[in-house]
Formats: sequence, structure tokens, C-alpha cells
Amino acid sequence: MTANVVDSPVPVASGRTTGFRAVVRRVARDRWAVVAAVVIALFVVVALAAPLIAAVSGQDPYRYHVDALNDFGAPRGPAGGVSGTHWFGVEPLTGRDLFAIVTYGARTSLGIGIAATAMSIVIGVLVGVTTGFLGGWYDRVLSRVVDVIFGFPSLVFMIALTAVVPTSFPKPLLVVLVIGFFGWPAVARVVRGQTLSLVTRNYVVASTAMGAGRWHVIRTQLLPNLSATITVYATISIPSMIGAEAALSFLAVGVTPPTPSWGRSIGDAIGWVQTDPMYLVFPGAALFLITLAFNVLGDALRDALDPRGGAR
Amino acid sequence: MSAPLLEVEGLRVAFGDAEPVVRDVSFALTPGRVLALVGESGSGKSVSAMSVLGLLPPEARVSGSVRFRGDELVGASADRLRAVRGAGIGVVFQEPMNSFTPVLSIGTQIAEAVRAHPTDLDRAGVSARVDELLRSAGLDDPQRIRKAYPHELSGGQLQRAMIAMALAGDPVALIADEPTTALDVTVQAGILDLLRRLGVERSLAVLLITHDMGVVADVADEVLVMRRGDPVETGSVVDVFARPAAAYTRQLLDAVPVLETGSGREARDGSAPSVARPGTDVGDATEASRASRPDVARLRDVAVRYARRGEPTVSGIDLDLQAGRTLGLVGESGSGKSTIGRALAGLVPVVHGSVEVDGSDLRTARGRRLRELRSRVGIVFQDPASSLNPRQTIGWSIAEPLLVHAAASPADRAARVAELLAAVQLDPTWAERFPHQLSGGQRQRVAVARALALRPALVIADEPTSALDVTVQAAVLDLLADLQDEFGFGMLLVSHDLAVVRQLADEVVVLHGGRIVERGTTERVLDDPQQDYTRMLLAAAPVADPARQAERRAAWRAWEGVAP
Amino acid sequence: MNALRFLAVRVLGAVVVLLVVAAVTYALFMLLPTNPAQAICDKPCTPERLADVQSFLGTDKPWIAQFGAYLAGIFAGRTFGSGASTISCAAPCFGYSFQLHDSVTNLITSRLPVTASIAVGAAVLWLVVGVAGGTVSALRRGSLADRAVMTVAVAGVSSPAYLIGLLAILLFGFTLGWLPTSGYVPFAEDPVGWFVHLVLPWCVLAFISAAIYARLTRGEMLESMSQDFVRTARAKGLRERQVVVRHGLRTAILPVVTLFGLDLGSLLGGAVITEKVFSMQGLGALLIDAVRSLDLQVVVGFTVFSALLIVTANLVVDVVYAFVDPRVRRRA
Repeated sequence: MTANVVDSPVPVASGRTTGFRAVVRRVARDRWAVVAAVVIALFVVVALAAPLIAAVSGQDPYRYHVDALNDFGAPRGPAGGVSGTHWFGVEPLTGRDLFAIVTYGARTSLGIGIAATAMSIVIGVLVGVTTGFLGGWYDRVLSRVVDVIFGFPSLVFMIALTAVVPTSFPKPLLVVLVIGFFGWPAVARVVRGQTLSLVTRNYVVASTAMGAGRWHVIRTQLLPNLSATITVYATISIPSMIGAEAALSFLAVGVTPPTPSWGRSIGDAIGWVQTDPMYLVFPGAALFLITLAFNVLGDALRDALDPRGGAR
Repeated sequence: MSAPLLEVEGLRVAFGDAEPVVRDVSFALTPGRVLALVGESGSGKSVSAMSVLGLLPPEARVSGSVRFRGDELVGASADRLRAVRGAGIGVVFQEPMNSFTPVLSIGTQIAEAVRAHPTDLDRAGVSARVDELLRSAGLDDPQRIRKAYPHELSGGQLQRAMIAMALAGDPVALIADEPTTALDVTVQAGILDLLRRLGVERSLAVLLITHDMGVVADVADEVLVMRRGDPVETGSVVDVFARPAAAYTRQLLDAVPVLETGSGREARDGSAPSVARPGTDVGDATEASRASRPDVARLRDVAVRYARRGEPTVSGIDLDLQAGRTLGLVGESGSGKSTIGRALAGLVPVVHGSVEVDGSDLRTARGRRLRELRSRVGIVFQDPASSLNPRQTIGWSIAEPLLVHAAASPADRAARVAELLAAVQLDPTWAERFPHQLSGGQRQRVAVARALALRPALVIADEPTSALDVTVQAAVLDLLADLQDEFGFGMLLVSHDLAVVRQLADEVVVLHGGRIVERGTTERVLDDPQQDYTRMLLAAAPVADPARQAERRAAWRAWEGVAP
Repeated sequence: MNALRFLAVRVLGAVVVLLVVAAVTYALFMLLPTNPAQAICDKPCTPERLADVQSFLGTDKPWIAQFGAYLAGIFAGRTFGSGASTISCAAPCFGYSFQLHDSVTNLITSRLPVTASIAVGAAVLWLVVGVAGGTVSALRRGSLADRAVMTVAVAGVSSPAYLIGLLAILLFGFTLGWLPTSGYVPFAEDPVGWFVHLVLPWCVLAFISAAIYARLTRGEMLESMSQDFVRTARAKGLRERQVVVRHGLRTAILPVVTLFGLDLGSLLGGAVITEKVFSMQGLGALLIDAVRSLDLQVVVGFTVFSALLIVTANLVVDVVYAFVDPRVRRRA
């Protein structure tokens, strides 16, 4: 006679399942999260297919259309020059097609944002898990390093760095490296904290006790149980990385012109707020939407992965 | 008997739209008497008690009648409830460390309780009252306790402070929700004695929630047995224990491990408890069988120290473990029993002595030899919730030792997993299930299966059943005994529960303060203890027999204040 | 004494961090290919002239000596060059701008009131609004108020300060004409004008942070209100407001305090952006200009100064936290 018949019927245990399918199902139940996911997908498609889309509209972000401007350099026509040829109007002073700029700008923002996130997550998780698990002098040294990096005024430093690095070094890569470099300590701290609490769990102790090597324990016991934290953190990191790139571009120390960047367009729009507010609105709305979408999705993911279950 | 202070009738509690967790429960509390609400996890006993004062989460829906001194409390206004809380009925909670606010001092929190209800005491008066309350709860240094923060006090001290706080409003009734579950048995005896004494002195009507039948026999006058939200049986403790009417009550009582031979169940139905094991007969037969079995592990003068300097956690430990026999390691929290268990698994820093497993010293083994040695030891931990990786299937967890030691091909591993699941009486097709789909008892069986995967010479069972319901506990203990007979491994059983040790162990070692205090065969140590500390441990543990427990209580009182 | 040891250890750690940051910053900017001497060398820059400038600056010495001189300068002041063309820089000397002809310290102190006004005012605003909003949300979970606050909060978290700033300028400044859109008026000169010019920058800078704090406070409050000790407080017969404030909020506020301290340290970053949006001549503008004109003395000095602020803020946070959470004191 098997005990599962003798024992009481299986109750729903206290923890929720956090398997991939279950999480997707739970997130799908949240209307806004689904909308957010669709928006993100849309932006990704736009970023990837920017040249195609621009070709459809018959424009590109580099060609000047001085004829679309009036004598003051402002776009002719209402709403910043919105017309059949220029769907979002044109850029003041240069007459470049704003739709193309916004579309290509998606590449810059998403590309740099996602690359920087990937970098900071990879380094941060590696450092966080190993310091939490292995401890000892390794942990002490790396924790000091994290403290030091936290001691840097990151935005200030980023601004300064972009000034002194020789122009031969590709700017987008520099921006990714700098933003990613200042991002990983936060990830490491969070992951280390989680790892420290996991390390006392009996299944991790059991693994070591049965003779498992350190990498086996990290790979099979720790990482799967950290995946929830990591996923949520990554989803929430992306918008702040995108924001950091935009901030740098806003301050004119980001990617060099003429590479389109939403941040720089917004920065340039300061002087045109009164005469051509649409120059601000289009890139601004794009930036806002993508950031909002990632935040909403990140929130939904966090709720779905919360082992305690139930809306917070 | 005076009129009941609190009358509960037809109580029904449901959370949100789910099935009710409490169905049609009725009971009454009278001054000077203790009613125990007893049941296993999920019985609804705590929920019933908390619903009296409206202390359930907002999504709870309570219906029925709860009348305190004639006033209906169900659906009462917030002000009315607030007036009753603390001043009419006081509450003592289960985990004192979590039930006090961590950032405020004890004195501040008790003073709050005093001032919560109309009083004409000034500041000095309140302080004096706090001191008085702490003293009446058995705390001799109220000045120090008042200034302390919760994390600075022990579990026993905190619980006494909690009792003092519950009495601050001069209530006429007291609800105690598992007040001693988180405490050591010697501390528990003190707290239960305090509750009993205060109840009598102040004519309190006490509602005691517990899962421990021994505690019921010790403290309660009346008992209500609950199961899955339904009331099962009610009556005086003497009656219900002697002649249980319901099958479930009988099942509960039968499952309680026996501490004293010749007591309780044996006397009742005349048959020996099903848990008696062959080979536990006293005398020469034991000595002979002992000599013929090979040693699987040996500890010689072992000392373990976690910090770099200072006193070792345990020292001077000599132990021998043989194949097919069980050694019970008994002690309270802080005695070092878990540390010794972990020393045998090579998980703690051993600073002195030798730890031999299967012939080799763990301390000097390195690399491959160390890994080999580790494969000779299996461990079963206390908490089934954290013993298994929630992200892996139970089949994976059971096969992990095989995977780590590259001992078998995937097909062989799967076969072995099926074999092990059958051995622990679980359905082999469950290998693809996840831990959250299993109950606590089932998870513990999986943990046992994992421990046996590599056919170890030694199994360390660290409080394997403490977190389980008593009926489930009985089954798991039986399983361990059967498996030992079948596979012949030596077992180190670490436990704070002497009755569990009596059931499984051939030999007993008593630990206190990191040192061995007494050792011998189970019968000898538990029936005829030589050391004061052992006697105190035995005297403090309550047994599920009211008449016998009353005698034991008197004997314990004689021991009160005697320190080892 | 435990408390003293705690403090000493923290201070030592802070000093070490500061030294490392200063060293790295100095190394990165002064010792990189971009030759600082080149930047201030008057045209035509002959090799002799360059050598003169280098000895004037002290960049012809080995790097460790350079860094040493720099550090010494912070405590005791420093002089560049010798004889007739001496330039002295009083302690604490974070550097000397040869383009602006003033010590970095002076430049910072002259612009500090602007940035400080923006930063501190915004900080107070966001702390109060954020914590209050988060608490209300947590207590009325699921209600309309909760959903409204959280929706605004998630939008706030997604809006970069400059975007909000520009939109605010558009709406309140140009369209409605209620508030001025640029410039700073010193408090001493005209308190009302000071206030009016700062309202928009405060709101803008505070918006995104208030959103973050509201979300954090809500989460922490939900967590702490579901703890056992809150149930105990209710069981004592305390009024709900006492339970929420003395037990729930008091415990939930700890991580918020930590975050606030850290945020104070990195306020400089946010101020930089806000100043550009509102065209205020604060520290942010100083930095941007210095970067544009490659005035490395200012860049390095400014970075070291902000690092000092951050490290000090972290230190203060640690101390305050230990004061507020008794559990930490024991471990120290």
C-alpha cells in the first residue's frame, strides 16, 4: 500500500509553482501587462526593421529638407510640419524627417539599453552568486569593490568619461560599457543578499553534504532559485538603462550626431518648446511609452513570481 | 462552576470565496478553567481562536455567535472590539520573537498595553505596573527586561513578557495560541506552570490552542478536538483521554510516542504499541548484538568551534555508531546536538579530535577521498519545506547523489529512483512531481529516499519529524525503523523529543552545553537516569495521560530551580 | 564602547573608498593620453612652452608624486608654479581651473546655493509625498485611491525628469504663464522670487523620486502590516492609527531611510539634468561646461567632491540606520 493513499489527500502546498508556463499564464491574466508586452514587441520590431519602415515612409534620418523650414528655421505647417511626406513633421534647423529620427532612435535606445542591461546582469549575477556562496576573503574584497563603485558619482563620472575618451573609440560601445559598468554593483548586491538566504536552505546544505562540487551547487541549486529575482530585475533594469542613455544624450555627451537618439532630440527641443512643441512630444512620447511598458511588465512579472502568491 | 464568560456557538469562518476552514464550532470558557482546542495542522484551531477577537486578516468572513459577557462580538463595531481586546480578553501568541515589534523595547510595548485602556496611572505609575506585571510572569529582573529589545531576550523570557503584556489590561479571559510550541521542553514546563498558576490565582478563563496531547493532559480541564475545520469530540480531559469516543481522537492518542513504558496506551488496550522494535530488549542480548556489528562511524574527543576564537560549541565528544543500530542524540536548543550531526557530515569546522566515517578520518580526507566519504553518509533534515529544491522534480532530487558521483547512467538513475520511491512507500510515477505538490510527510519521505540513494553506511536524521503532525510523524518513524531493518545502515537520530528517541533508538546520549552528560542504552537512560539534567528533561516532558501527568507535574515542581 | 567601534570602522571604510575613488578619477583623467598641459598651453604651443606648462602644473613628475601633491592640496592648499607666475589655491584645494581662473573650491561654493536649493527642497518634497502616498495606498489596498496612486507612480517612474520638466515648462510656463521657466533668484535677494522660481524644478525633480518612494513604501508597509507583531498590537486594544504608525510604519520606514540617504548622495546627478532644463547656473552647468571645454581640473575636482558627498551620505545613513534599528547595533 503506498503512502500517498494512506496519507491525507494532497493539499495545495504553501508555495506557488514558479515554472515558466505558470508564470506566463499568470502574467497573461493581467490586461495591462499584456498591453505592455505588445508595446515592447512593437518597439523591438520597429528597432530591428527601422530601415524598412523608413523606406516605406520614403524618408531617412540623415537627409536634410531645408525646404520644409521657414526663415527662422522652424518647420512650416502645423504641428511641427506634419504632412503626408513627413508623418511626424521635421526637425527644426535641419529639416530632417522626425518620423525617421524617432524610428531609428528606437535602435539606439533599445540597443544600448538591452546591451547595457545584459552586461550588468551577467557581471552582477556572477559576482553576487559567488560572493554569497563562497564567502571568505573573496567576498570581503569584492564587497569593498562594490562599495567603491557605489561611491562614484555615476552620472557625473559618465559625463566626464565620455569627454576624455578618444573619439576613435566607438561611442555607442562606450556608452554601453559605462552604463553597464555602473549598473552591475546594484545587481550584485541584490543577488548576494538572495544567495545568502538561499545558502542556509537545507537542500543547498544537502547538496554539499552529499559531495557535490561548488559549481554543481551554484548551477543546479542556487541559480534556478534566483531566476525569478534575476528576471524581474532585468526587466526593471532595461528602462533605467534606456533612461541613462537618453539622459547622456540629452546632455549632449551620449552618442555622437548624426546617430539619432531620443534623448538628444529632447535636449535639442529645449529651445523650441514654445515654437515647435511637437519636436519634444514625438521623441518624448516614444521614450515614455517604452519605459512605461517595461515597468508595467516588470511589475506584473514580480507579482507573478512572488512565492507568496496573490496580488500585492 | 460559575457561568461561562465566553460562549461561542456555530462559529463558521471562510477566507474569500474558498471553502470554510472552520465549520460549526461551539465552546464555552468559564473562569478558573482551561479549555484546550487541539488538532493537527489545518484543523482550524488557531483560526477559531483568532476569530473571537476579530484578529483575522480582512478577507476572513466570520459568522455564528461569539458572546463575551453577553455582548455579541461577531460584527461588533471596531470600538467595541477594541474595548474587549486586552481589557476583557488577553492574547498570548505562538512565536514571541515575531510577535513583538522588533524596533521598540519590551517596556515600551507593555506600557502601551497598560495605557491602551482607561487608567489613571501617571508615567511613574505605568512603569511600576510594568515591573509588577513582569515579576508576576516570573521575570526577576524587570528593570533590565524593560529596557531590552526583543532580539536580546531568549524565547522563554520573551514568552513570559508576552504573558505579562497580555495581563496588562486586567483581562478576565486569556487566549494562548500554541504558547510553548517554539520553546524547549524545560522552558515549556515553566511557561505552562505559569499559565496554570495565573489562571487559578486570577480566576481567568483560559483558551489554550495546541497540537500536543501531552500539553493538553498537563494543563487543560476540558478539551475540544478538531479536524479539518470540524469539531470531532469534546468533554473533560479525563473522560476524553480515558475513553475517546471518536475514531480520530483514538488515532491522535495512539500516534503520540510513548515516553514512559507501562503508561498510557499499553495500559489502556493491553496490547504493546505497534512501535516496539525487535532488538530493543534490555540486557545481555543487546550487549552481544552490539559487539558483533561493525562500526560505521566514530567520534573521538571531537570539538567544534564556529568562530575563530573563544569557547568551542561542543567538546569532548566520543561516539560510536554501528551498522543496523540507532544512536539517539538528545538535548535542548543550544546543546550542540545538531552540530554533532553536521560534524559527521563534514559540514562544520572540527578543531579537535577525529571524525571517522567508514574507516577514514573526515578531517584529513581531501578531494576524491572526501567525496567518497560523503557518499557513505545520508542526511535527513528537519524542515521538509526546505529540504527539497522547489525548482527541481523530486525524481531529480532523489537522483542528485547519483548524479554528483557519476554513479549510474540516466536509465539506471531512473530505475533507482523508482526503486527508492517504492521503498519509502510513495508512488513511483510521482518522480516528475514538484515538492510543492506533496504534503509535509510525503516530502520527508522523499528526503529519506534521497538519503538512501547511494546505500550509505550511516544515516543522520536531524529532527526528522519535529515539523510534522503527530499522525504523520508516527508513520515516518515507522518507515525509518523498517528501512533500517531492511538496509542495515547505522543511524544517528538527533531529537529534542525523548519519546521519539525511545521509539527508535537503541542507545541514548544526552547533551547539555556542548558536552555529553549521560549515555547508555535507551531503557537504562530513560527508565533510570543517573544525572540531574536527564531527570529534569524527563520530568519536564508532558505525557498524554492526565492522571499520570498530574503526578509528574508534582514531581517536576519539586525539581523546579534545580540546575544541572 | 561598541558604538565608537562601529563608527570608527565605518569612517575608516569611508576614507578608504574615497581615496580609491580619488585615485581612480585622478588616474583616469590626468594620466590619460589627453594631456592636461596641452589644454591650457597658449597657442602657439611650442615644445618649450609645453615643458614650461608641465612643470608649472607638476605633470612632469611621476604619477604617484602627482597624486600625492593632489591629495596634499586637499588638506593644506597648493601652489602651482613658482616665482612671478605663482597661483595659489587655498585649502581645501580640489584643483584649479586655468580657464576660469579660479579654484575649483570657489567655483563649487559659488554655485552650491543653486544646486542645494533645488536638491534639498526636492528631497523634502518627494520624501513627504512619496511616503504619504505609499502609506495611504498600502492601507487602502485595492481601493480606487490605491489604484490611482499606483498608476500615477508607475507613470512617474517611467518619466525622465527632463521630459517632465520640459512638459511642465510648456504647460505651466508658456501656456498658462503661472510660473517662471528659467533662472535662479538668490534667497537673500528676494525670498518670494527664490521660491517661485524653484517651484517647477522642485516638482519636476521630486516627481520621479516620489513615485519610487511611494512604490517602495507601499511594498514595505504591506509587508510590515502583515507581520505577527501588528496582530499583537491590535490584540492589545490599540487604536488602528497607533498600530499603523507606531508599529507598522516605524518598521517599514527603515529601508526607505536607507534609500533616502543614498539618494541624497547622488542628488548631484539629478540636479545636473534639472539645471539644464531650467537654465539655472548651478553645479550641473559648471560640469557640463568643463567637459565641453576639457577643463580637466574642474572635472576631476568636481568628481572627487561629489564622491565625498556620496561617501559622507552613505556614512550618515549607516549611523542613522543603526540608531533607528536596534537589531543592527548588536551585530556591530
